[in-house]
Amino acid sequence: MSAAGPLLALSGLSLDFVTRGGRVRALDRVGFEIAQGEMLGVVGESGSGKSVTAYAVMDLLEPAARIGGGRLDFRGLDLLGADRARLAALRGQAISMIFQNPRAALNPIRPVGRQLVDVLRAHRPMNRAAAESEAERLLAMVRIPDPARRMMAYPFELSGGLCQRAMIALALACQPALLIADEPTTGLDVTTQAAIMDLLRDLARARGMATLFITHDLALAGDYCDRIAVMHAGQVVECAPTARLLAEPRHPYTRGLLAATPRSGSRIGEIAAVGGALPDLTREDLPPCRYAERCERRRPECDAAPPPLAERAPGHAVACWRAA
Amino acid sequence: MKRFWRDARHVIAANPVTLAAFVLFVLLVGLAIFGPALAPFDPIASDVPNALRPPSAKHWFGTDQLGRDVFSRVIVATRIDLTIAVSAVALSFAAGSAIGAAIGYLGGLVDRVVGQLVDVLMAFPLFVMAMALVAALGNTVANIIYATALINLPFYIRIARAEVNQRREAGYVLAARLSGNGPWRIVLGVLLPNVMPTLVVQMSLNMGWAILNAAGLSFIGLGVRPPTPEWGIMVAEGASYITGGRWWPALFPGAALVLAVFCFNLLGDGLRDLVDPRRRT
Amino acid sequence: MSGGRWLGYAARRLAMAVPILLGVVLFTFVLMRLLPGDPAVFFASSPNPSQAELLALRAKLGLDRSLPEQLAIYVRDLARGELGQSLTTGQPVARDLLARLPASIELTVVAFLLAMAVALPLGVAAATRPNSWLDHLARVVITAGVSVPTFVTGIVLIYLFYYLLGWAPDPTGRIDVFIGQPPRVTGLLLIDSLLNRNPERFLAALKQLALPAATMALFAIAPIARMTRASMLGVLSSDFVRTARALGLPRRQVLLTYAFRNALIPVVTTLGMVLSYMLGANVLVEKVFAWPGIGSYALDAIVVSDYAPVQGFVLAVSALFVFLNLAVDLIYGLIDPRIGFER
Repeated sequence: MSAAGPLLALSGLSLDFVTRGGRVRALDRVGFEIAQGEMLGVVGESGSGKSVTAYAVMDLLEPAARIGGGRLDFRGLDLLGADRARLAALRGQAISMIFQNPRAALNPIRPVGRQLVDVLRAHRPMNRAAAESEAERLLAMVRIPDPARRMMAYPFELSGGLCQRAMIALALACQPALLIADEPTTGLDVTTQAAIMDLLRDLARARGMATLFITHDLALAGDYCDRIAVMHAGQVVECAPTARLLAEPRHPYTRGLLAATPRSGSRIGEIAAVGGALPDLTREDLPPCRYAERCERRRPECDAAPPPLAERAPGHAVACWRAA
Repeated sequence: MKRFWRDARHVIAANPVTLAAFVLFVLLVGLAIFGPALAPFDPIASDVPNALRPPSAKHWFGTDQLGRDVFSRVIVATRIDLTIAVSAVALSFAAGSAIGAAIGYLGGLVDRVVGQLVDVLMAFPLFVMAMALVAALGNTVANIIYATALINLPFYIRIARAEVNQRREAGYVLAARLSGNGPWRIVLGVLLPNVMPTLVVQMSLNMGWAILNAAGLSFIGLGVRPPTPEWGIMVAEGASYITGGRWWPALFPGAALVLAVFCFNLLGDGLRDLVDPRRRT
Repeated sequence: MSGGRWLGYAARRLAMAVPILLGVVLFTFVLMRLLPGDPAVFFASSPNPSQAELLALRAKLGLDRSLPEQLAIYVRDLARGELGQSLTTGQPVARDLLARLPASIELTVVAFLLAMAVALPLGVAAATRPNSWLDHLARVVITAGVSVPTFVTGIVLIYLFYYLLGWAPDPTGRIDVFIGQPPRVTGLLLIDSLLNRNPERFLAALKQLALPAATMALFAIAPIARMTRASMLGVLSSDFVRTARALGLPRRQVLLTYAFRNALIPVVTTLGMVLSYMLGANVLVEKVFAWPGIGSYALDAIVVSDYAPVQGFVLAVSALFVFLNLAVDLIYGLIDPRIGFER
């Protein structure tokens, strides 16, 4: 594997869901890269296609999904062209994933220790005893107190925060190079949320693991991520290093999101919601720029052709005709 | 109402099986009403020299051990089988929904105890209970109806109770209470009409089961007595000749039973789709 | 779940079985009072009892006392295993029932195992491969299973396999009379013939059992397969199965260890329900195949208005039912670790 190239690169990924209600154009030419050891935030409202993108990388899409085009490269391997066995071998081993609602994400009738042993033994030639001691070590690593006793605990016996820690242990069991974290703190209280995010950042740094952090919370992504990609209605609208994106947002949607994000020092009156709603993705007449109908700066050229995600400044790409 | 017909068209278009079931249902009802007039032969007139003849142009379904025309007997039996099932289902519907709605509305200890009891009863080998009841009450058609109604009762109580429980604090119920209506008026006049669609679906799904139960009882010699033509008895009488390869006296009434039960089950599924479009599969 | 918690749960379930049993006893007691005529006649040793015997019986049954007293006497007799005399066989009902119970149990258990062996894989296959031919087959079986009465299934099977194909033996009784029964140990012919090291008898008993067991199994397959399919479909789209896939667990492990075990939880309830209904269906199947179990015993008695055996039969079935429910609850507690907590 070359150190120079990105770990994971998406380009031009388009994806539809074929449903009874029509074709849902879920992703439109989605592209971004993530380097080894980097934490990339993917931010957007629910329905913007963040999770679908993650599932596409994991090959966990439901049968109704149809990939229309694009490329997914992981360490130079073409994920869309690879056979399923090859992909299955990557999952849990090289790429892993954690989810929101951690308690539901764990097998309810299997002790967490057993679930760890299952994952370890699925990927490593290990006897049970070795796997068990490794599992216990992993529980300690994610800072679960009293790991020996917690090995036998069922998810319903653990708090939401502890369940998410156990889930992180499961995902990191086999030292993946990339972790996809899909809203890992949604539904947890604020203190737990910070603890989980700190844990994720520390573990990622210690292991040189890249993290794809999916969230609707721009402020949270701003606190932890190296770079941020903003998604809207299945399109990546802006992608830049965190500090730059927060300081100089170029896309009107990013600006709207920022204005809607409460920050320390902001007064109630200053927080504004993003106007309008996501367009119905089953529509036949979706505008080329899917933000156009919510945009205050819409011009005739916005309806002529889709704006490409173009680099406007070093490392700062924006998909808007009107962005300088 | 307009929406109902639109939904009905949708259900039938999406699911032609429901339409077939409906046609079958009309046919069954027709046979139940006009059966005796339509039957080509007297269903109880025996003709021993012509006993156990296989199906022919004259006797479409052959003749039984007494030389009676199986076709005519199958047709005429429709009325008694449907009557038993309909009366039983109507009885348990009326009693079950009233009891269920009342305890669901009252809530509290009674509700919990009856709820538990109903759960246990539903898992009980109900056919055995029906058997014991008919044996004890006496071997008559009326008692078959009562027994079948009784073992269906828990299903209605459960559904009515659950549905009423859900709606007990609904806005329109509170409104009715505030305008001075007593509990009985609220249960009968406000709540029951609202839970009716669910109960009607249950009724249709239940018809098939009621037919099976009633036929089962007469198959083991309870209720309807020979020479009355009834599907369960006919299967029982025909069963003795099956080992000799004479299949028609048993299998034709058996097929009629299957068809009737099948028809009500499919119709129930279709009705459920109509009443509760979310559960459409 | 830990052993202590499970035991506590088991004790609570056991305690809940008691009121059910009492209810059943009360039901049969009321049933006895409903009977037209004089109960003493039903318990007499002959169809034409002498006046003296009737008086003695009335005193013994306590028919001259108040209802609560009668109930107490009834319960006392039940506790002693006294279920009255059968007019038809001239034997105590309890003895008759015990003699015939193994036949019913053998039939029901074999049918139940057969049904599970078919229905569980069918349901799983239908859920994992939606719209495949297996899924369609499952749907046909499920719809047919709830529409075809057991006695019709039995007759069709007899016609096919005995008359047309000649594969099955004469559909009467538990074993070919010329081969004869093995020495009775458990009363279950399959087991007794094996204990007796007599493969010929084992085979004869198995052949005889095949059709009635298949009839009963066909009746049971539909609800089990339907529940398995629905439950498996639900579990397969659940978060934790998605997690198991994302973590790269082998497909087999995802389907069996993760999905199926969870899907089994609601299926166990259905299994209990089905087994309980099979106790009722026994009566019909035993009649079709002249199977000498407790169901046909009760039927023979009903026809001649011999009520003590009927009452004994209802009590026996109810006891089995209570026992079954208890077993289902306990298995439930073993599969689902959450159970001791919620209740």
